[in-house]
Formats: sequence, C-alpha cells, structure tokens
Amino acid sequence: MALNKSKPIEPQGRGLKEEDIEQHNVLTVSYRPMAKYAWATGVAISRFLEGLKAGEVLGTKCTQCGRIAVPPRVFCEWCFKRSGTWIRLPDTGTVNTFSVSYIATDTTRLKTPTIPAVIQIDSAGNAGFLHIIGEAKPEEVKIGMHVKAVWVEPEKRKGSITDIKYFKPIE
Amino acid sequence: MLKPVCTIAADGIYSLATAYMQILTGLFDVVAVEAHSKASDIVNMSPIYDLALDPIYVRPLGLNAHFIAGLEMNAFLRSSRASLTHCNEVIDKNRRNALSNPIAMNSTYTAPSRAEVLSYPLTKDDVAPLADGAAVVVLAAEDAATSLRDDPVWIKGAGWASDSANLETRDWGKATYAALAAKQAYRQAKINNPAEEVQVAEIDDTYSFKELQHAEALGFATRGRAHEMLEQGVYDLCGDLPINPSGGSIGMGHTLEMSGLVRVIEVIQQLRGTAGKHQVAGDVGTGIAQAWRGVPTASGGVVVLSR
Amino acid sequence: MLVKKRVAVVGAGMTKFMRRAQETGKELAFEAAKQALDSAEMRVEDVDSVALGTAPDAFDGVHMKGEYLLDGAGAWQKPYSRNFVGGGTGVFSAIHGWWHVASGLFDTCLVVAEEKMSSCLPHPQTAFLTIFDNMIERPLGPNLIWIFALEMQRYMQKHKIPKEQIAQVAVKNKRNALDHPSAQIASAVTLKDIMSSEVLAWPVQRLDISPVSDGACAVLLASEDVARKITDSPVWINGVGWNLDTTYWTNRDLYFPRYVANAARMAYEMAGISDPRRQIDFAEPYDPFDYKELHHMEGLLLCRKGEAPKLTAEGVTERDGRLPICPSGGLLGVGNPIAAAGLMKICELFWQLRGEAGKRQVAGDPRTAVAQAWGDLMQIGTVVVMHA
Repeated sequence: MALNKSKPIEPQGRGLKEEDIEQHNVLTVSYRPMAKYAWATGVAISRFLEGLKAGEVLGTKCTQCGRIAVPPRVFCEWCFKRSGTWIRLPDTGTVNTFSVSYIATDTTRLKTPTIPAVIQIDSAGNAGFLHIIGEAKPEEVKIGMHVKAVWVEPEKRKGSITDIKYFKPIE
Repeated sequence: MLKPVCTIAADGIYSLATAYMQILTGLFDVVAVEAHSKASDIVNMSPIYDLALDPIYVRPLGLNAHFIAGLEMNAFLRSSRASLTHCNEVIDKNRRNALSNPIAMNSTYTAPSRAEVLSYPLTKDDVAPLADGAAVVVLAAEDAATSLRDDPVWIKGAGWASDSANLETRDWGKATYAALAAKQAYRQAKINNPAEEVQVAEIDDTYSFKELQHAEALGFATRGRAHEMLEQGVYDLCGDLPINPSGGSIGMGHTLEMSGLVRVIEVIQQLRGTAGKHQVAGDVGTGIAQAWRGVPTASGGVVVLSR
Repeated sequence: MLVKKRVAVVGAGMTKFMRRAQETGKELAFEAAKQALDSAEMRVEDVDSVALGTAPDAFDGVHMKGEYLLDGAGAWQKPYSRNFVGGGTGVFSAIHGWWHVASGLFDTCLVVAEEKMSSCLPHPQTAFLTIFDNMIERPLGPNLIWIFALEMQRYMQKHKIPKEQIAQVAVKNKRNALDHPSAQIASAVTLKDIMSSEVLAWPVQRLDISPVSDGACAVLLASEDVARKITDSPVWINGVGWNLDTTYWTNRDLYFPRYVANAARMAYEMAGISDPRRQIDFAEPYDPFDYKELHHMEGLLLCRKGEAPKLTAEGVTERDGRLPICPSGGLLGVGNPIAAAGLMKICELFWQLRGEAGKRQVAGDPRTAVAQAWGDLMQIGTVVVMHA
C-alpha cells in the first residue's frame, strides 16, 4: 500500500529533573565500574618515555618520506613502512594552538586557569604533542609563540609526559 | 590514513561480513579487516564482564559473569545428555591440536582436571585462557581478487544474528543465534547438508561445552548428538569433519573479539593447504568459521569459505 | 562508482531529547524504532536486518551496549550489528544500514541510534577523558572542552574570525529548534546572552556548547522495489562517504577538517554532485559547538575556507536564506545524545525532502541535501547525501 505522507511525529520521552532524583521521586540503581588497566606502552612510546626520563625529546624519522614522528612510532603512518631511525629532537617548539581553561578534569571550576597547547616541536615539521604552557599570563600567549620545555629535576623524573613540567615562552 | 575506516563493535567475523557487504555494494574493490586483543592490559577481567550485565536486573545479584556459562552448560548437558567427560574430550582434543599450531599460546600439553570450579558445572579448564594478538584479512571483489592472486579463497556466504538480549527470555541450552546465522550463510552458499558438504570447521569454544552446542547449531550433528560424534572421533584432526584443528580458543588462547577472525584465517589456511602440521588431510574444499561474542551475549556470526 | 542498488529512507522516528530521561536505553530505542516503523506502516517482521549506532559504552554504563539495546532496536533473532565511529556514529549509522541493502543481501534495514548520557555521574564529560591518549595525554589532566577550545582557537586565528560571528550560529540554531517537537533546549537566546556566558576554556563559553542529552532516533531503509511499495515518496540515499585522519591529532593543522572534505568528496562523487555550492539545497552539518557548524560547512565544500562566518552574518544560512544550515535546530537547539543527534539530522533530511518538516520546512521545494557528523579525536568525517 503506497503512502504519500507520513503523520507528523509525536516524540515520546519522560524527562526528569535533578530534584526528582535527589528527592527520590524515582527509584534509582547505582554502580561503580572497576575498569583497571596496566597498559603496555609498546616499543616506540616506551623509548620515548625513557627519553623523557633522560631529559630528551626523541622522535622517529621515516627513511622513505623523511617525515618525523613525535610522538614516535615504529612505523610511518603515511608510507606504512617501518620507521627508519631514531633521532634526538630539540626541546623547543612553536605554539600551534592553545586555550585558557577554567575547568578541571572533573568539570569543577579552577581559580587559576590552565593553559593547554599543541606544541609543534622544532625541526619536526607538523609533528608535536599536547602539553601545558607555564610561566606566562594568559593574555601573553600567542599562536606562533616560541617555547621551551621546563624539566622536572632529573632524580624526580619517572618516564612520563609530566617529566616536562610545562613549556615556557622564550625569545 | 585518510581512507574510509570504521569500527564494527563486535567480533572480527562481523567486520568480515561488513567488508563483504561493502564490496558487494560496488563501492570498494579491496577492503582490509583488522581485529586484535590486548587482554594482558586488563588488570582484572571479571569487573569488565560484570559491566556488560543488565544494570537493573542482573548486576545487583553480584555474580561473576561466568555464572551465565555455568547455567547454560548445565542446561545443555541436561538436554543433550552430553557429559562432563565429553567436555573434557573437547578440551583434550583442542589442547592436543594446538601443539601442532606454531602460533598457539601454549606449547605444552596438560590434561584437563576439572579441579577448580568457577560456577558449577563450569571449571577453570572449561574456560579458554585469554591471549593477546592481532589478525588482518584482506578481501577483494572478484576481478581484483583474481588479478591479485591465483588462489583466492571465496566467501560463499556470511550470516550473523542475535537472540534475546535478556537472560530471562533466553532459550537456555540452544545456540539459536548460531543456527540463525548459519541458515543465512548456508542459504547464500547453497549448502543443504553441512555435515556432508563441509570438510573443516573452526567454531567457537570459549567454553568447552560451546563447541558441542555450536556443532549442533551449525548442523554438524543432529540435536543432542554432537557428543556422540566427538566420541567416535568424527571431529578429530583425522576425522571425517575436523572441528578446530587449530586448537580453537581453548588450545590457541582466547583473543576476545578477534577470535572469529582467527577462526577464519585458520580455515583459509586449511583450504589453501598451508596449515602445516595441523593440516586436515584430503581435499578440503569448503570450510566454516563461526564466532560467538561471549557472555552475556547471544550473538554470533558464520562465514562459509571455499576454494 | 559502480553502486548498482538504490536505497531509500521510507520512515523515520525519534524520541524527545531530554537532559535525563526516565526511560532506559532499551525503551528509548524502542520508542524511536516503533515510530519509524509506524510511519512507514511496516511491522518488525518486515525488517530484514538492524543496524545500530551508539557512542561510548561509558555513558549508559553498560559494556557491549549494543547487545543490551538490541531488543529495543527490534533486532531479536535478526542479523544485528553495531557500528562505532565516535561522534560520527549517528550519520554513519545510516551508511551502515545503507550497505546492508545496497549489497543486495537484505531488502530492508532498520537503523537505530541511541544515547543515554545522563546515567554517567558526576557528569558525562568525565567519560570523555578516555578519548585522550592513555600514555602521553591523560597524565596532563585534560578536560574534554580543551579539544574544542584548541581547534576553535586555531580556526578563529587563522581566519581572524570575531567571536560574535561564531556565536551567531548558536543564536540561529537555538531559535530554529523552537519549531522542533523533540527539542531539549530551544530558546530565543540572544547574541549578548552567548557572549556574556561563563568562559569554560577560552574561546569556548558555556552557551557555545550543545547539552548533555538522552534520546534515540530511527530510520527505515528499503531497496528500490520494496521502497516503492511502501511509499510514493521515498528519499534516496544517493551518496555516502567517510574518512579517517591521523591517529595523533597534534600532527595536523586544525583550522580545516580535510577528513570531512575527503568524506564529502566521496559522497558527492557517488551522488553525481560536481558543484555542491549550487547543487545542495540545504545542509545539516554537525554542530556540537557553534564554531563546528562553520568548520564543517567549509569541510563540506559548501563555501570557501574562512567564508562560513560571513555567510552566517549575512543571513545566508537562515531557514529562509539561500543555503539553510541546520534548519532542524541542530545539536545546539534540539540536543546532543551523541549518536542519536547525528541520526536526527538524517531524519530532518527525510522530513524536509518530503515537505513534511512543518514549521521548520525550508522553502523552495528542496531536492538534494547533505548531513554530516564528526568524531573520535577530531578524526572522522561521515557524510550522507539524500535526494528526493
């Protein structure tokens, strides 16, 4: 039976308010998931993290196309070949983009904002990683600004991205 | 990289069926399918399974999810009259087969003891041990396939299905999802009598009894008779219809939702004659790969492959 | 493209989008699926296959969420599968359903998209943290909003776009949504309201963002023969495209989503569209944040890079403009239950192209439209072109 027009929809749904839950107007069930992981960092990132512990930014360079990967990879994403060589990169870079964040991980409000940024590592082309800008007021931060890593004291480094405390502006 | 890529949230065999459909539309000539398991990154698997249980009706009972396998094992053994000894025979067969499989996780054999009970009648030995791994299969449309190699293995049929989402309305003891999936795949492949027309099968054995249950659902034995076939050696590596010559998940290791692709790859190797020490003898023309998504699901897929 | 079989949308349905629904995910899926079937006067027995899309399990709090939802999605004892491409899932679900029918394997496919974000406490945003790289990003304590703020900043700076032009999108969409029966947060909010709303992570302010939502949508797809028996006015899916960019998002220039452009080109080529700016009558790009509508308009090749804000300021993208964008009210106005929001755009295309969009109806007898979604970590573009 061919139809020409369908009836306008009458969307269903019983919306609740926050108070309905707080005041127990509805029954609730709660549960706390336990999802614990011990991630293997893999061949490439292991070495990257060891490099950070030693105060170095390491990357890999593809022998076919010459692209540098930082964070490093055992393969070149573009050529789909094993990466050629490991290289030491400078711990300086350029701010590709940034934000001034007034909210924490759990969405609570921060008094002092955090300044996350994508730092393009010098001499690595497009490649870079996410980190935080420090020793700068929000209004001073600009796209294209040149920055340098400020490292945690050697004996306190753990082999983590946080072995770099933050990146600070330099001339 | 800058290609059409998507995830199908299910066993790798579903991704294979997806690639099959994508090629049949005419949109693509060559599609790669990938699945992997990094079970070792998970500190504790039980709470993850727990998270899959219905949050209102089942989770509050505080049971380890293996209980579902225990319930089903009990129902299956009762209705089929298979025994715990038969379950041991499945474990034994698959562990021995795996010794001839170079990529299997374990290289030594231990006899099943049924010692550690998880959720009666399920014991630790009944449960395939978790493993890490990765698998990739490349599919190609007919013209592309024949230009890429002389001996492509053809997908003759693919089916998948889901039975009730809820434990309360399950048909305990029957792998209905596998029978529905097989019906779909067999219809496409024009298989009327699977026990006669199939020379090798790689099917899900996440739990030992599942191999028997799936064998019946796939038509490799009439209802309630798979354990007899097993006893007679029909499903052995040198039998008339070898099941899991690779060792299955019990022998090779259980790679979670990569399992179905492992089954597919093992069948491909059998069809090509490249399975080495665990090669099924004779003319292997048609093989079946089957997968189940594990507890608490009643979902799975079937693929018919032939030379 | 050698796609032989034609596939049409023959029915659509959706629930209200709500901040917190009493319904379970199963019930939401059922309401939408039932409506889609009823709208085509079809029964669940007529459905050959079911394709479901839903975003991370963490929202509903059920692992293997697809399995949990399948009864509500009408998939009992049917071939059923779930696709996942992050935020792109909603529009992608229509593509997932499309190949079920276009492959010739099935005559009908019921596509369902569901999300129940309210289950996740204290706030669903915390579930998004798993989108950041587990090894080198999460230790920095990121917040989901950072991603959008970083991309928005780059886009604004590259083209020197004043914030007001971006905020105008939120004003338009929230107002458009006043005419949508499912809308969660439709309102006549003003530019001043947006510009004075709380700064979360500059340049993102509170009213730039779509809300957390619960909801579900569904569409029924059918092969040409079957479609013509169901309705005199099937709406054809004549172009599909999807494309995934690099794993590390920090290796790209975020001012332009090339993966959306690649997906659009794939869909346009299949649909025989060589000049989208002229041949597309209206569009529903993905708008979880106001700037994203503009970013995606450019990604969809509907205007030049950097031109989208100007078109908005000129009123071109209003419902009565030359190129209506998000006549539904989009995610900003109707709501954002992630996967359902994307499929909502497909529903909108269906209703608009049949002249059934009521007060939202775009004038001028539109024939061809495009819907798009985006997801993962700024990584995937999913595009569908439909034609009446």
